[in-house]
Amino acid sequence: MAEREERRFAQVSRESVALMAESAGVELGEEMAAVLAEDVCYRLREAAQSCSQFMKHAKRKKLTVEDFNRALRWSNVEAVCGYGAQDALPFRSGKEGELFFVEDREINLIELALATNIPKGCAETMVRVNVAYLDGKGGVELQGAVPTAVQSLSDDLLKYYQQITRAILGDDPHLMKVKSVSHDLEQLNRLLHMVRSLVQNPYLYLGSYVRSLVSSVMYCILEPLAASINPLNDHWTLRDYAALLLSNIFWTHGDLVSGLYHQILLSLQKVLSDPVRPLCSHYGAVVGLHALGWKAVEKVLFPHLPAYWANLQAVLDDYSVSNAQVKADGHKVYGAILVAVERLLKMKALSLSHPGEWCFNAQTGSLAAAGGYSSPGLSPPPQSLSEAAFGIASHLQAGSGGCPWEEWAPVSLPAMYLELYSFFGDSLAVRFSTGPGLDSPPYCPSALLREPKKEALGQGSNSDTARKMPQLTANLSISPRRDGSPRTDPPPPSLAAAGPGRSLPRSSSAQRSRYSSSRSAQRLTGLPRDVFPKARFASPQNGPPTFSFVIGGRQMGQRCQGRRPFQTVFAPTPPPAAVPPRAYAHKLPVIGRVGKPVRRWTCSHYSLLLPL
Amino acid sequence: SSDDIMSTKFILKMAAVQGGMVDEKEEVDIKTEPQSDGLMNTNATDGRQLSPSPSSSSSAGSSKSAAGAPEDQQTLLAVLQFLRKNKLTESVEILRREAGLPEDALDTKGADCSAPSSGGTAGGVDGLDAGSLLSRVAVSSSAGTPAPTKVADDQPDVSVVLSAYSQQGDPALYKVYYSDLKKFIESVLDCHRAELSQVFYPLFVHMYLELVYNNHESEAKAFFEKFSGDQECYYEDDLRVLSSLTKKEHMRGNETLLDFRTSKFVLRISRDSYQLLKRHLQERQNNQIWNIIQEHLYIDIFDGMPRSKSQIDAMSGSLAGEAKREANKAKVYYGLLKEPEIEVPLDDEDEEAENEEGKPKKKKPKKDSMGSKSKKQDPNAPLQNRIPLPELKDSDKLDKIMYMKESTKRIRLGRENLPSICFYTFLNAYQGLTAVDFTDDSSLIAGGFADSTVRVWSVTPKKLRKVKSAADLNLIDKESDDVLERIMDEKTASESKILYGHSGPVYGISFSPDRNYLLSCSEDGTVRLWSLLTFTCLVGYKGHNYPVWDTQFSPYGYYFVSGGHDRVARLWATDHYQPLRIFAGHLADVTCTRFHPNSNYVVTGSSDRTIRLWDVLTGNCVRIFTGHKGPIHTLAFSPNGKFLASGATDGRVLLWDIGHGLMVSELKGHTDTVYALRFSRDGELLASGSMDNTVRLWDAAKAFDDLETDDFTAATGHIHLQDNSQELLLGTYMSKSTPVVHLHFTRRNLLLAAGSYAA
Repeated sequence: MAEREERRFAQVSRESVALMAESAGVELGEEMAAVLAEDVCYRLREAAQSCSQFMKHAKRKKLTVEDFNRALRWSNVEAVCGYGAQDALPFRSGKEGELFFVEDREINLIELALATNIPKGCAETMVRVNVAYLDGKGGVELQGAVPTAVQSLSDDLLKYYQQITRAILGDDPHLMKVKSVSHDLEQLNRLLHMVRSLVQNPYLYLGSYVRSLVSSVMYCILEPLAASINPLNDHWTLRDYAALLLSNIFWTHGDLVSGLYHQILLSLQKVLSDPVRPLCSHYGAVVGLHALGWKAVEKVLFPHLPAYWANLQAVLDDYSVSNAQVKADGHKVYGAILVAVERLLKMKALSLSHPGEWCFNAQTGSLAAAGGYSSPGLSPPPQSLSEAAFGIASHLQAGSGGCPWEEWAPVSLPAMYLELYSFFGDSLAVRFSTGPGLDSPPYCPSALLREPKKEALGQGSNSDTARKMPQLTANLSISPRRDGSPRTDPPPPSLAAAGPGRSLPRSSSAQRSRYSSSRSAQRLTGLPRDVFPKARFASPQNGPPTFSFVIGGRQMGQRCQGRRPFQTVFAPTPPPAAVPPRAYAHKLPVIGRVGKPVRRWTCSHYSLLLPL
Repeated sequence: SSDDIMSTKFILKMAAVQGGMVDEKEEVDIKTEPQSDGLMNTNATDGRQLSPSPSSSSSAGSSKSAAGAPEDQQTLLAVLQFLRKNKLTESVEILRREAGLPEDALDTKGADCSAPSSGGTAGGVDGLDAGSLLSRVAVSSSAGTPAPTKVADDQPDVSVVLSAYSQQGDPALYKVYYSDLKKFIESVLDCHRAELSQVFYPLFVHMYLELVYNNHESEAKAFFEKFSGDQECYYEDDLRVLSSLTKKEHMRGNETLLDFRTSKFVLRISRDSYQLLKRHLQERQNNQIWNIIQEHLYIDIFDGMPRSKSQIDAMSGSLAGEAKREANKAKVYYGLLKEPEIEVPLDDEDEEAENEEGKPKKKKPKKDSMGSKSKKQDPNAPLQNRIPLPELKDSDKLDKIMYMKESTKRIRLGRENLPSICFYTFLNAYQGLTAVDFTDDSSLIAGGFADSTVRVWSVTPKKLRKVKSAADLNLIDKESDDVLERIMDEKTASESKILYGHSGPVYGISFSPDRNYLLSCSEDGTVRLWSLLTFTCLVGYKGHNYPVWDTQFSPYGYYFVSGGHDRVARLWATDHYQPLRIFAGHLADVTCTRFHPNSNYVVTGSSDRTIRLWDVLTGNCVRIFTGHKGPIHTLAFSPNGKFLASGATDGRVLLWDIGHGLMVSELKGHTDTVYALRFSRDGELLASGSMDNTVRLWDAAKAFDDLETDDFTAATGHIHLQDNSQELLLGTYMSKSTPVVHLHFTRRNLLLAAGSYAA
């Protein structure tokens, strides 16, 4: 009975009352607090009841603070001040937990008071007339008319449908189409939350409707929404959330629709490979891939990276003012790729640490059984999610012939790392090495690793590197933080000692060799890692600082090195000649140095922390 | 100057009428009082609660048995009780079978039989009986001492009201009583069941309140949990209020509750059903329930067939039950007043066409006279001078002529011929549009806003102008023909004017028929009269000390009515700062007020879910309409004055026949509160506007034609409603996400709707 009571009304607990009393300097007995709490509850209910009549007479559907204060005033109670703002209080949800809260913005009163640009009065209230219906005719459309798609539903489900549409769209049937709300992020957000609750409803068999749900979620991830035009709109968060939701759908309903995973990967790939699409779509694609698990990243994003990189660089390289917005978007995408790729590497490394499970040169794309793969200590629980989805998908792939991934072959970890390193260089390494879960000494097939490294070393020491270096240092000299670096010269011996213990011994060993070759550049280039907060916590003895600056000289050789196995597999990717290798190199320091976008990366890093 | 003389004469007349009326009203009040008491007495066969002396109520058990159940049965029960107490179960069984008592007789009657048995077996009663015995003592003592001495608090009147609850039995037995009655009613014949089921809700509420009043909090909660689900769904709101109330201290300030206590819940039950109920309760000695029925319920007994469930449901739902039948018996003069004869220029069609855009009209007296529609007096119409009305000024006559000319061009609406709808959208009304009114000739529109302002717009190209200042007025030639034009200050011409003065949201506005004044009422408790010539406030009428929800001018001007949170409606005259009449009777806020077209009656809707029609002359309530299941927010009279339409928060529109005091039809379709209702000029159609962003058109003519009022229905007030909403619904028109706040038919039957865009 007590529980029912609590469900019916909001309750103020006796603890809160006691606390309030304490803050007012009154000591209340337990009993007194209980009585008071009950009375407070009743008074609140009473006030809530009487304030609703002010709403009704004002012919509104929304109860305002003003209404409540009126009710208080008429019952001789002091009104509550400070909540009278006219603008709607947006309800936000916590990222993962089922926590909702009202956003409480901080307002700088001084700024507000001294503001010289006094807002212009809002537009004049006026009356406009239009002939709505001539002779009783016109668009006579009954409210609640349902689209044909839902007419086949049973009565109960129809009711459910109506409830949902009302909950999402209000009572306006003109908003029935998703596309028509693309200007309204609030609406889309609400839509996504509704999808989420639909997916989580254990009593609802979604069946083939999963497909339509997924398509609407995909819409939110990928479409260049109208709202994206305004940089103030936070559509990034929307995309992130949608991506999270997508993976959620897979986790719970992936088995319902065959080939869905495959389809989604295809569409994501399509978006990614289409340079005409705006950057926010690309961002969505990357985030979506990331959410689908590292396998998806490996299969789609990784092979596309070289081709895509050129486009992105072109954007990031354009310093014109008109490009500022696009460039900011580009940085966002950059951040997203970075996070995705890091995860890919981490997971890959993690999987490598199991001797029996993963073979580097497995050419068949064979997947380890989920059971064998899971190791309680190393793989976080969500990992099995993407794994499961992937397993299904691969099964489906086998059924559907002729898909481009048929002949996909996993690239070996070191090769992949080198490849990625060629793009991201420093920033990748820093973030990567400080990530969690990599401190355990991994299984290192040193024989395999050494081979390419040696090669890389050989190539890296060619004249090309030397030629490139001046440019790199020149770029860095513009860096405002150049002379503030505390750790420029980590001693090589300690590095070497640390090397084998690291998760990426191959790189540290390669690093060591590079180190000697480009020592002169080190003093100048040791800086960029500072911009990443995490790097600060890394001890100077560790690997990251040491290989964080040699990028310019080394990477080209490695890039070519990593590229070779690729080309044999992927015909559609543009030949490396189309993208001059050095382009990557000389762009990189620029990215690392720019002040503002850096902050954005870190932001994007956090916003992309998905529980996968 | 002639106007002045007229108005003074008029005031004198009014004052005279007033003096006479007050006496009359008091007389009526006195008359009605004993009438109802007498009726109660005839119902009251058990006189226990009516007897004031302590001795009679202390011997409660014996008086009970004298009243109904045979003495020997009492003894039998006492013996049974004794046997059971001594664990002689077999004997109990045998004796019970011999006596032919039902299985549960002992359980349910435990409390009742304790009184006689306590004499013989002094200490032999078990815990249950002892408890009830104690409570009986408590009853007798509390009944013996007068109520005021018992409760000492700061609100004497309230505590007197509540103290009636101090009489009580064992709290644990309430459930038993109630479920016993429930069992009984479920077992009676179908035809009686629906009628008797009406008893449940008031009983439930009173029993719950008794428990709460006597501090049996947990029992009250348990009682509520157990039986609240059985109540009709339309009492949901009241039940919610009730459930939040679990402490005696809270009862004092609660208005809903006071309503319940101060007014008797009215039930209409056929004689047969009532007898059945009475017999049962007396047989079972179910005094707890019987007392409540006696004290807090008014049972309106009628002869004839019991009513069906649907008949009952159609009429119930209000805060205090149905209306008593005699409440709707008074004669209502619903006919229209005879229009004064005005000479109408019939020729000059061309010029008329030119002038119709609201341009000032020069008077051109013509010899062709066209009388009003019917020369002979309508038998249902009140006398022309029943209430004094202001005489027509020249400008009023001009307007009448305009009106007649317009009405010749009126489109005849009907099922086949639906009106065009124009929507007036208030844009940028961030401050919140709360009320809208059009002038009768649709030339002006006014909006009341939540930011305390009133704004007036001119709908025609003619701008709004103020009158010149006093100094400037001295300069103009007063003899010139166009003096009315000359007094206006061209410099002030604008499309809209803002009226500042209120200090709270404006909830109702109304134009005077001559378009010279505007009334507004507000949350600040005042009604203000504004001049539309100077655009200033003329008077602030203070009387309602609480928010005023609605106000409206009489169709003949001069009078206006207002109603508010203080539960009364007031009739005012514009030149009196105090109200002429106070219409009191509603049990909750008066939410809307309307004048009858003949100005002799005022109708009010309330959040107690009843509609009352008041006679302006006598101040009496002449009709009470029940049937709405939610607070009523809009009312509209049909142009012929015979019918009334009402809309409520439940989204339903009800049609009423004023003459017979009956519900005519129920129009279901809206999904949210109906805020606007208007009949077309010829009364063929009814338009309703709602919060659900739609305007709906209903075939009012068909609804009224289908009505067949035989004498029986009229006499008993039992109506058979057929569910023909879909048939009567002629169209549903969506606005562009704009709630419809006001509707108006122009003189040519074009429908105007207004609302503020809700983004």
